[in-house]
Amino acid sequence: MTKFIDLTLNGISTGAIYAAVALSLVLIWRATRIVNFAQGAMLMFTTFIASAVINSTGSYVLGLLVALASGLVLGAVVERVVMRPVESAPPLNAVIVALGVYTLLVAVAGMIWGNTPRSFPAAFSLRGYEVGGTRLLFSPNDSFIVLVVIAAALGLALLFQRTSLGLRMRAAAFQPEVARMLGVRVGQMFTVGWALAAVAGSLAGVLVAPSVFLGPNDFDPILIIGFVAAVLGGLDSPPGAVVGGLLAGLALSYVSGYEGSSLVPLAALVLLVAVLMVRPGGLFSASKERRV
Amino acid sequence: MSALAARAKLPRSTMLRSLALVVLVGVVLLIVSYQLGPFDDLQLANGAFYFAVLAGLTMLAGLSGQISLGHGALMAVGAYTVALLIGNEGWAVVPALAAATLVTAIVGVPVGVAASRLRGPYLAGATLAFAVGLPAVADKFSGTFGGENGLSINPPTPPSFLGASFSIEQWEAWIACAGALVVLFVLWNLTQSGLGRSMRAVRDEEIAAALCGLRVGRTQAFAFTVSAACAGLGGGLLALVLQLAQPGAFPLQLSLSLLTGIVVGGLGSLAGAAWGAAVLVLLPRWTNDLAHSFSLSNNVSSNLPLAIYGVVLIGAMLVWPSGIQGGVRALVGWALRARSSREKD
Amino acid sequence: MASPRIRSIGVLTAAALAAAALAACGSSSSSGSSAPGVTKTSITFGTHQPLTGPAAPGYSEIAPGSQAFFDYVNAHGGVFGRKIHLTIKDDGYNPTNTVNVVHQLVLQSNVFGIFEGLGTPTHTKVVGFLNASKVPDMFVASGCPCWDKGTTQPYTFGWQPNYTIEGKILGQYIKQHFAGKKVAVLYQDDDFGQGGLAGIQDEVPASQIVAKQAYQSGVTTLAPQITAIKASKADVLVDFTVPIYTAIGQLTSFTLGYKPQLVVSNVGIDPTTVGGLLKTISKGKASGTGLIEGAITDGYLPSPTDTSNPWIQLFMKIHAQYDAKAPFDGNVEYGMANAYTLVQALQAAGKNLTRQALINAVNTHGASWTGPGLVKYRYSSSDHGGFDGAEMGQLRNGKIVLFGGAKSTDPSTSGAITPVTLSPAVPPANGVPSGQ
Repeated sequence: MTKFIDLTLNGISTGAIYAAVALSLVLIWRATRIVNFAQGAMLMFTTFIASAVINSTGSYVLGLLVALASGLVLGAVVERVVMRPVESAPPLNAVIVALGVYTLLVAVAGMIWGNTPRSFPAAFSLRGYEVGGTRLLFSPNDSFIVLVVIAAALGLALLFQRTSLGLRMRAAAFQPEVARMLGVRVGQMFTVGWALAAVAGSLAGVLVAPSVFLGPNDFDPILIIGFVAAVLGGLDSPPGAVVGGLLAGLALSYVSGYEGSSLVPLAALVLLVAVLMVRPGGLFSASKERRV
Repeated sequence: MSALAARAKLPRSTMLRSLALVVLVGVVLLIVSYQLGPFDDLQLANGAFYFAVLAGLTMLAGLSGQISLGHGALMAVGAYTVALLIGNEGWAVVPALAAATLVTAIVGVPVGVAASRLRGPYLAGATLAFAVGLPAVADKFSGTFGGENGLSINPPTPPSFLGASFSIEQWEAWIACAGALVVLFVLWNLTQSGLGRSMRAVRDEEIAAALCGLRVGRTQAFAFTVSAACAGLGGGLLALVLQLAQPGAFPLQLSLSLLTGIVVGGLGSLAGAAWGAAVLVLLPRWTNDLAHSFSLSNNVSSNLPLAIYGVVLIGAMLVWPSGIQGGVRALVGWALRARSSREKD
Repeated sequence: MASPRIRSIGVLTAAALAAAALAACGSSSSSGSSAPGVTKTSITFGTHQPLTGPAAPGYSEIAPGSQAFFDYVNAHGGVFGRKIHLTIKDDGYNPTNTVNVVHQLVLQSNVFGIFEGLGTPTHTKVVGFLNASKVPDMFVASGCPCWDKGTTQPYTFGWQPNYTIEGKILGQYIKQHFAGKKVAVLYQDDDFGQGGLAGIQDEVPASQIVAKQAYQSGVTTLAPQITAIKASKADVLVDFTVPIYTAIGQLTSFTLGYKPQLVVSNVGIDPTTVGGLLKTISKGKASGTGLIEGAITDGYLPSPTDTSNPWIQLFMKIHAQYDAKAPFDGNVEYGMANAYTLVQALQAAGKNLTRQALINAVNTHGASWTGPGLVKYRYSSSDHGGFDGAEMGQLRNGKIVLFGGAKSTDPSTSGAITPVTLSPAVPPANGVPSGQ
């Protein structure tokens, strides 16, 4: 029984990270209809910057704020400089450009900070809560992660549904020509979308770095599962990203715990295919099925 | 004027025309393989098996509009089939390659059927999970598949009539190029046929195509299966040329590189697949050589090739949105227009 | 779609251009001399290493460490007047790249031999080619027992004690000092972990092993494995893990409040690397090694933190001069010690350097060489395994302290573990080995 509880708790805490990554992918998709394969590299880069700040100033909060700020800048710059020219090109072009950005960021991080992973401090204690004499696999830091991710998801949902900025962003994504005619600065909306997504990604990076360590390639598995989670929940739905992330985290935790870690990638595949066959647009979508 | 007349003498039938082209390209490659040293022959072989996969993938993504991030895993299926048949069962090369193509096509059927129900990024996500998940089977059933170390096979030995000094690498290049030419021939004819037109119709206007009586799902699934067969052949050739079948040789990065190849080469065209294969083989070499021509600290020099590669990818997409073949086509079209406008004078 | 004519031109042009580009890049084929890669003034070796990618951490320092030692030897006149060059190629731990890179080194760069090729899944794919082409494959950087096939793979030599040998020595220690206690094994699901587990199982009675948990390299959490191990109530946890996973395992154990006695493979215990990863949660402890303090391990080279050892002093001096950017840790020491052995082999091969002479030198003289190693080499024409044992060690105050004397054994299940009395060798006066 303890094993089940621990695996569930582990699934929730890892799921929160996947949810955060999925959220940033959903944001970019909603804003610009592009899947950002460079997301993992971008959040790795901003986390490195945060690490440098923390090492030199000793302040975690300052490091976190710098991570978010540099995420904002990085997202805006990448969109404006590199992605803007391909936003009107065939969708695959944007994928290749994103892959180019990913490769470049990983290489530059390796050049500046080296390939050896380094540790990253956690915001709160990593010692598990003690319940009835046993320690659970859930620490104050894990609670912090879950709460922050839920808050971010709610904030983003509110942004899109209730604010005029969100409305303009959605309009710019779905019908850029019409939106332009109605006075929406479409280009600016794209940049805002990318910047916000990068902030969400930076947050995820800072939250996960303590447990996976910080190195140029260390966030790749997180991005892969985060993408799967985003697709699982539906790329147009922020609540879908959260649910998808939690579902992925739990499923992978149970499979790894009861069957062994070699089956985890297969489990992710089975889960995703099972959901997509029933709902081809993800869990939180309203798509029709297609018959062969 | 005479050049135009000469071109008009090309056979009208697609099949004959493609056969003539295939024979011509084959002869050129044969001659070239004698000029190259053994290492470059190996690179030619690499380029050939990449072409086999890329041709199928560019047809799938370009003509049929389906983005697959999972073709690396399909190559793995072909590679393991060849490794098991040649290594464990002692089959000969050609039957093993044919079997690899068939087995991967069979695996491609359910994947293609599932894929036909998905669109855009959802298809990308599902195929990405496939690319990451399938090689894990090799780890799970490590008894048959050799686990992390995978399977090794002996290199294919050239037949004795070629002489004792005929290098293994050149023989591998011949086998791989033969496979690539088969793919070129088949896909050329397929894309020019009614099936090719159906694929384009479904890609461009799905609902209209369905109204015209095209079975959308079936067309998509068939396209996927054909591209899977090409990937299986490419993977089988990889196993033969590199003598390995191993999970580490088919990471997600491979599937992403394949996508890079078809887009940078020129989406939807077989010539683009050829350019893409050349890029996949030559670009890492060039970036490495370039990076090492400066003497820099270890951290910088080991990561510089990757940085250059990233910049090249970004630059290529910004400068040539239609890929290299788009650029070539524009150039050729401009030259032909200039020639014909001069001839009018 | 462009007209078929333009497409024909396009395909033909593409094929011809690509092939021509290859030909232009291509260089001369093999020079055909009996000793490629050797001139009057130089010897060139090649190596394949994971300089980038997920396997790079730590391992990317090994070849630069070797290169630093070669630079030092070159500055002191080289070997018979020849300077040693090491061409390092990145394979990203992908065997497809390994095959291509090794072919390039042998066929195009015409290296004399391959040295310190890193990784089991990567190097196993080039062993056949190297032996068929009669290229020396010196001192592979991996502990797989598969390099030890002197009769069928005469050109390939291992160097570090293989994982089964290490597992047996650690297992014997557990059997003797933790009799009756419950033992769990956390291991990487490849040759390294499986080899180590086999060695442990050779020595530790099966009734004592209460949990065996494997992980795939690349996972981001070991929570399921550690949870299962904690649930088995094991008193001793054996880690056949690389440093990142040793650290992740300890982090998870910390959250769970689980504190078993750790026994860690020498591959995964480097205090600089693991301590660096655990630094921020071991608040107050200077080196960050608080969570692995007291761990039992083994070593076949002097501990890299043992600054009183003359070999470490020599290596640190060379490191400061030629490789100062990287921290001096177990990886750098490995690279330098391995390079030392290669120089010994080159000296023993004599002035008339051919590939066969090098192979014969190791087969004939290798077993008698002394160097920084704490145990002897198993080199003969049939044994190509390298170091045949290790000494037990423990992490005390952030440093590995070796104790108990070295032990040697062979990888077979029945091979006995015997103590070794080896008087520690002293480095030669100028640090450059002779071939004795």
